[in-house]
Amino acid sequence: MSSESSVAPGLAPEEPNHWRRFLSIWVIASVIGTPLIVLLVGPLLGPSTGSEEAGGQHTIMTVLAAVATPVFMLVVLFIAYSLVYFRQEKGAALEGPAIRGNARVQAVWIVVTSLIVLGLAVYGTYELEDHYGHGSGSGPNPLTVPSGPKLPVQVIAQQWLFTYRYPTYGGVETTHLELPVDQEVEFNVTSLDVIHSFWAYKLGVKADANPGANNIAFVKPTKEESFEVRCAELCGIWHGAMVNPGKVVSATAFNTWIHEQQARLAPATKALPSYSKTYIPEPTRRAE
Amino acid sequence: MNVTNTPDPDTTASAAANPRPVWRRLIGFNLLTAVILGVGGYYLGWWIGHLIKGPSYAYESATDENDVALLLGYLGGVLGFLIGMGFANYPISRLLGRPASLREKEGEGIGRYFGLCTDHKVVGMQYLVGIGVFFFIGGLNAMMIRAELLHDTPTIVGPNQYLTLVGVHGTMMMGMMTSGVLGPFANYFVPIMIGARRMAFPRIESLTFWLLMAAGFILVSTIFFGGFPTGWTGYQPLNDQAVAGMDSYICFFALVGISMALLGMNMIATILTMRAPGMTWSRLPIFVWAVFGTAVLMVLAAPMLIATLGMAALDRSINTSFFIAGGGGSSYLFENLFWFFGHPEVYILALPGFGIVLELLPVFVRKPLWGYKLAISGMLGVSLLSFFVWQHHLFVSGINADLRPFYMLSTEIISVPTGFIFLCFMGTLWKGRMSLTVPMLFCLAWAFNFLIGGTSGVVLSDVATDTQLHGSFFVMAHFHYTIMGGLIFSFFAAIYYWVPKMTGLRFNETLAKWHFWLMFLAFNSTFLPLFALGIMGMPRRVSSYEASLVPLNTWVSISAFVLGFSMLIFIVNTVYSMIFARVPAEANPWNSKSTEWQLPTPVPVHNFDQIPVFDSDPYDYGTPVPIAIGRSAPAGA
Amino acid sequence: MSVMAKKVIGVTLAVAVVGVAIALYVADWATSFPPPVSSTVNPVSAGGGANLTIETVGAVGRKVSPANPDWVSYLVKSHGRWVHSTIYTVPANSVVHVTLYEFDSASGLRNQFFSQVQGTVGGTMTLDGKTVNAVNGEEAAHSFAIPELGVFVPLPGVSEAEEEKDFCEEAPCEPGQYHHRTITFSFRTGKKGHYRWQCFVPCGAGFLNGNGGPMQTLGYMDGFIDVV
Repeated sequence: MSSESSVAPGLAPEEPNHWRRFLSIWVIASVIGTPLIVLLVGPLLGPSTGSEEAGGQHTIMTVLAAVATPVFMLVVLFIAYSLVYFRQEKGAALEGPAIRGNARVQAVWIVVTSLIVLGLAVYGTYELEDHYGHGSGSGPNPLTVPSGPKLPVQVIAQQWLFTYRYPTYGGVETTHLELPVDQEVEFNVTSLDVIHSFWAYKLGVKADANPGANNIAFVKPTKEESFEVRCAELCGIWHGAMVNPGKVVSATAFNTWIHEQQARLAPATKALPSYSKTYIPEPTRRAE
Repeated sequence: MNVTNTPDPDTTASAAANPRPVWRRLIGFNLLTAVILGVGGYYLGWWIGHLIKGPSYAYESATDENDVALLLGYLGGVLGFLIGMGFANYPISRLLGRPASLREKEGEGIGRYFGLCTDHKVVGMQYLVGIGVFFFIGGLNAMMIRAELLHDTPTIVGPNQYLTLVGVHGTMMMGMMTSGVLGPFANYFVPIMIGARRMAFPRIESLTFWLLMAAGFILVSTIFFGGFPTGWTGYQPLNDQAVAGMDSYICFFALVGISMALLGMNMIATILTMRAPGMTWSRLPIFVWAVFGTAVLMVLAAPMLIATLGMAALDRSINTSFFIAGGGGSSYLFENLFWFFGHPEVYILALPGFGIVLELLPVFVRKPLWGYKLAISGMLGVSLLSFFVWQHHLFVSGINADLRPFYMLSTEIISVPTGFIFLCFMGTLWKGRMSLTVPMLFCLAWAFNFLIGGTSGVVLSDVATDTQLHGSFFVMAHFHYTIMGGLIFSFFAAIYYWVPKMTGLRFNETLAKWHFWLMFLAFNSTFLPLFALGIMGMPRRVSSYEASLVPLNTWVSISAFVLGFSMLIFIVNTVYSMIFARVPAEANPWNSKSTEWQLPTPVPVHNFDQIPVFDSDPYDYGTPVPIAIGRSAPAGA
Repeated sequence: MSVMAKKVIGVTLAVAVVGVAIALYVADWATSFPPPVSSTVNPVSAGGGANLTIETVGAVGRKVSPANPDWVSYLVKSHGRWVHSTIYTVPANSVVHVTLYEFDSASGLRNQFFSQVQGTVGGTMTLDGKTVNAVNGEEAAHSFAIPELGVFVPLPGVSEAEEEKDFCEEAPCEPGQYHHRTITFSFRTGKKGHYRWQCFVPCGAGFLNGNGGPMQTLGYMDGFIDVV
């Protein structure tokens, strides 16, 4: 892409300055397009109100969409520009200029793309660790842990139902997930058989459930609403049907509910093993 | 349908001299013998398996499955098939000290396409048709999947069968299309492009093809054994729990792995050692560089897969516990081993696409390739980095949290060398003289699709957004855009570009353009909404989903049917052009300066009468650019 | 047309015909479901609601399932005969009364949470005539659960002594001929829908965790409740 002004004298001077023309088209499109994407498409990029984590994820999605828009425009507009201006005339057999490269353009491209990518990586890491994993399953020893009181809820995944155990409420196990609003929750996700994945969409939580392993995710629900829990890792015939309803309620409603569950499910709770981060119930290998 | 234009002198001479009755010609090491010995080998293996571990074993008497018998049966079947095809002849002749034949079936007539042939061009043609058939089968599976997804509960297809369809679709496509470009086009054209008469190991070249065919047959046989519920990733411990159909998946992928490793090794050996005089590394066509990068990945990644599947087979059949937490193993081990292969695997799929597009662009833009060295660094950079990113498939699975920032960084970084390819693409288009032939249309579509696919990959590489999107239809859209929108579109570009040379026949232009436009529009209409479905919370591999998503799924399914219809147009075009119309193609219809187009059509068995001496790379297009006084020449970089 | 062209066209046609036949076979395989069986609806004068009679057997036998004779399975009574199906049609907005004959021996629950009866009318079931709201999880042979309706019913199995004396090796099993447990419970249905049901006891003998094979196959330990 040698600049037109250095074409040797004597050659066609009326060739348009493609470089400048394309650049202006791209800049204008990006300046108009990026805010449009952020304003129109941004709100659609996932749940944002259910919890702090969901809100943060939504923000990051919007940032990434905003960064992607100019990149997308660059290539697509370039192809469109080429389709208009760099065509072979019908029936002609002309050749283009034998340009094999341009060191300056390549250097700029390498530097700019590397900076964008490094910037995104730094941004992503900061966001991740500053927000205690942002709702993702961070393993048994998360890098950063929120301070303050946390409500521990164990998510037990089995084929093909999620059950929830509340160790601070007598180890009662339920099939519905109810959480108090504005309270930091520590999910301890484990599985009894195969790999599942605990996905509370509106809360922005996703943590794989592995047998014999504990996977911790932190969430702070901020809105009283119903949500759905789905399984996000193929676990057999009813993987798609492994859906639980869940609710975020006020602290008092939660208290009432959990005591109701403790009373109603007392026989089941008595039969359960004592609370532990992982379980390997019989049969551990093949059933007899 | 692959009969050459001019009658092959070898066939007519020998046929005239030695007419043999049909039944006598059928005896020998050929496809028929291979099938017979394959079936025999299968039953032999099955019987041995029953002797080792029969109904007296409590496990088998309770489950009514015998994994040992099935695995040994498949092994016996494959060995019988290969022996019947004639692959054991050369090693055994050598062992016994007898003179061994160096060429098999070269120049013998249509029969050579159905057996062991050492002519690399025949192997390329075999690959094209063989992979095409299995690609079509995988596509039909996809049509059934989309038909089921018109409903939000299991309605047309039972929930088990649905999972098997999803698994066979994914596994078939991934296994077959890994060799989708290297098999047909690299085998056919790399020797010609580097000035060689054959590949380094012609017999192994043919072996990789027949292994793949045997593997494909094994995979489709899974429906006789109950199918498999794990999808193409075969995660443990669901893998261990599954009925005998799971063994079909294990055998398929192990055979594919072996085929990949051998194919890669053959390519590397050929490119390293058999370049003609003057074909230096800096004159190598960019397609050959892409093949080289892909081959290195194949050789390094495939053995990991084979070992992993071997462990899975042991877990399933003889009760080891590599991946079973209750027995002392770990399900994480499988995930890590699989994705250590799995991530280079997807770059094995992407790199040949880069090579094809950059190879074809100069021909249709009448300019040299812009940024040759940059493109090579992009491809090799992607190859190298692809081994350092695999844990991004495991961001939410509970891996050590210290690792995630590193893998986020490495995954983001790998988009930089990928970006080089786009820069070279744009640089080559710059001020060119583009003619919109069908291959060129597919190359432009590649750029559009891979851009969307790649950008969505950057979104997934951030752990926080991956938390929302992992295991959802967003990931499906991402990889369909990169693999189907990228590789498959470039695959069709290569077909429309090179088949006139391989067969000497032209495609019908109208049908080809209909194919392209319908495919491009239907593809985007099918997969763009999947991003939305993922963001709206629909998980992957489900046949039950939220009722509010039915309208969008209906739109996607109908688009998918149109996409399938566009493939039908391609098949009609192929059958019509190759069998009925048979319009001969000139030796160089695209006016390309690449080596293969300087040869006559059909390409003679020995490729070159004399080994060529190269004095430039194949991108000698374009009018020289005048150099302004006082500035250095545009870098040939 | 030349001889070669005719041969090629012939081969293409043959390939197409074989291809279509294979496609039809695969489509048939993909779309096969066990046959749906309706509950018997009681007249309003008799209290309304619907009745469903099902049984669980320890080995389904070669006659009923030649491919998997040793798998455990549910069967349902339809017009006086036992049918090998797990797809039941029940009326909406009514009470379904289930009578279940348990012929299999215990495997034990994997998650003892399911040892308590949940989601039935009154939160109880009758076990051999006695009303209970929970059982010993170790004694469960199977369970009947409709997660979307909140129904979880554990089904204790025959004892070891009974198993030694007589054990129904082949379906259908008649209550008069072999030892069994009789369990009855009722659940309410609401609006129309297509709900799945499954067993939660790892009864797939020989499979990992006991959750493979019949536990993952429609017609054995999984099915649908069609509320119409």
